[in-house]
Amino acid sequence: MSLPAPALELEALEVAYAGVPAVRGVSLSVRAGEIVGLIGPNGAGKSSTLHATMGLVPARGDVRVGGRSVRGRSPESIARRGVALVPEGRRLFGELSVEENLELGLAGRRENGDRVADVAWVYELFPSLAESRARPAGELSGGQQQQLAIGRALVAGPSVLLLDEPSLGLAPLVVDLVFSTLETIRDRGLAILLVEQRAQRTVALADRTHVLANGELRLELTPDDANDTDRMVAAYLS
Amino acid sequence: MSVFLASGLSDFVSDAVDPQVQVDAIGLGAIYALMAVGIGLVFGVLRLVNFAYGQLIMAGAFALAFASDRDWPAGLGIALCFAVVLALSLAMERVVFRPLRTQSAAVMLIATFAIAFLLQSIALLWFGPLGKTATSLAQLNRPVEIGGLDIRKITIVAIVTAVVCLALLVALLSRTSIGLHMRAAAIDSQTARMLGVRANAVSTVSVLIAGMLAAVVAVLLTVQIPTVTPTFALQETIIVLAGVVVGGMTRLVSATLGGFLIGYASGLLGGALPSSQSQYLPSFLFGLVILVLLVRPDGLFSRTRGLVERV
Repeated sequence: MSLPAPALELEALEVAYAGVPAVRGVSLSVRAGEIVGLIGPNGAGKSSTLHATMGLVPARGDVRVGGRSVRGRSPESIARRGVALVPEGRRLFGELSVEENLELGLAGRRENGDRVADVAWVYELFPSLAESRARPAGELSGGQQQQLAIGRALVAGPSVLLLDEPSLGLAPLVVDLVFSTLETIRDRGLAILLVEQRAQRTVALADRTHVLANGELRLELTPDDANDTDRMVAAYLS
Repeated sequence: MSVFLASGLSDFVSDAVDPQVQVDAIGLGAIYALMAVGIGLVFGVLRLVNFAYGQLIMAGAFALAFASDRDWPAGLGIALCFAVVLALSLAMERVVFRPLRTQSAAVMLIATFAIAFLLQSIALLWFGPLGKTATSLAQLNRPVEIGGLDIRKITIVAIVTAVVCLALLVALLSRTSIGLHMRAAAIDSQTARMLGVRANAVSTVSVLIAGMLAAVVAVLLTVQIPTVTPTFALQETIIVLAGVVVGGMTRLVSATLGGFLIGYASGLLGGALPSSQSQYLPSFLFGLVILVLLVRPDGLFSRTRGLVERV
């Protein structure tokens, strides 16, 4: 019996901006119920990899979701195939309410299915959002905004969740909350591709973590490597 | 000389505050506000200044004139006007706006200039420079007396229609899913698309609503100006575009207020200027526009600076 296709596969992905390569031949896969980390120095091509996966920037190579290629599709159609991105800087609609931001997340649902249950689950996951339903998203604290950005991606009922530096600019306690939430989400069977700057925490959390440098995958780390500081430093300096 | 000027100014002011002039100015403001919404809505979602908006109104007005020529009942004429304007709007969106969506604002503006002149030339070939007359709703020009004022029925119809249209639009934008998608696309189109908001659907719906408003304006304007020529609504569109910029293009509310305000100012100036000087009205109006823009370049009612990208 063959295994089902991975939820997300990137094959020889290449991104270039005005001829300058940012991502060079990245291939990786994420299965359902798995967190795959992507770490590396600034400018390594982490965000570009996520943007290319989401169809936000043109790319060569292939992106497959549940075994089906989404190459060349528009961001909205990739979202409707079950991919949700929590972008860097959250990109919330500040003047719209928490509830309206979550409702916008529903735009990417593949079927109308159990949208009510998914919204309820997000409020259960992040109780502070439930208390602020009617408030403009721009008035929330940084931590709440990050929760809303993750919640907005989750209400779409995605099979693949892409996160771009979700811990950026957050207080340590809030970072703990975000990382523990990711575990809960993984347990629900989602495939998670996590781009992070917090290398050690990411390696410890993810089932495996790729180190990206200068647009290329250099190394694969497992949770056992999380405390091997030499290996981590070597990976960054490679 | 100064005594002469002062007495001229006091005449001007007393004419401008005359309730009759005020009511007419509000009526004109209502029509201009509807045009401003049509222009502002498409700008918000597509970041596109549709210079051809006036030619949509002109096409609708010719449809009304065509129906009135054949003595069709008013309802049928209005239906034809809506059909023509909506069909043209859809064609514009599919053939020009959508393929050019990734181009610069300048390219899109020039493209709408091209559409405007194309439609105007077609009207010229088809109906000639003297145009046609639309008279089936002429009875709306009769006045009714309310509180000692003679108010033309069309003024009341224009104000009520504008209020109803704006209320319906607000309900659509705030209560429906497509309305929420339109607002989100106007704020940050890339994020909206990333969430699954369909750019094409949002663009089509915005252009269709703008088209409906153009058809409404065509009906209201032909009552006041029954002679429909190829340049019908051209000057009004330029004035409204100025009003939208004066109000602040980046928000629909400020664009609408700007449209209303410039219509109202235009009505006041028209009512207060002696008829021998009415040809100076646009000069006065655009003088005011320049003055406002010097003081508030982002618009009178805008809250934000700068633009975000289009869908």
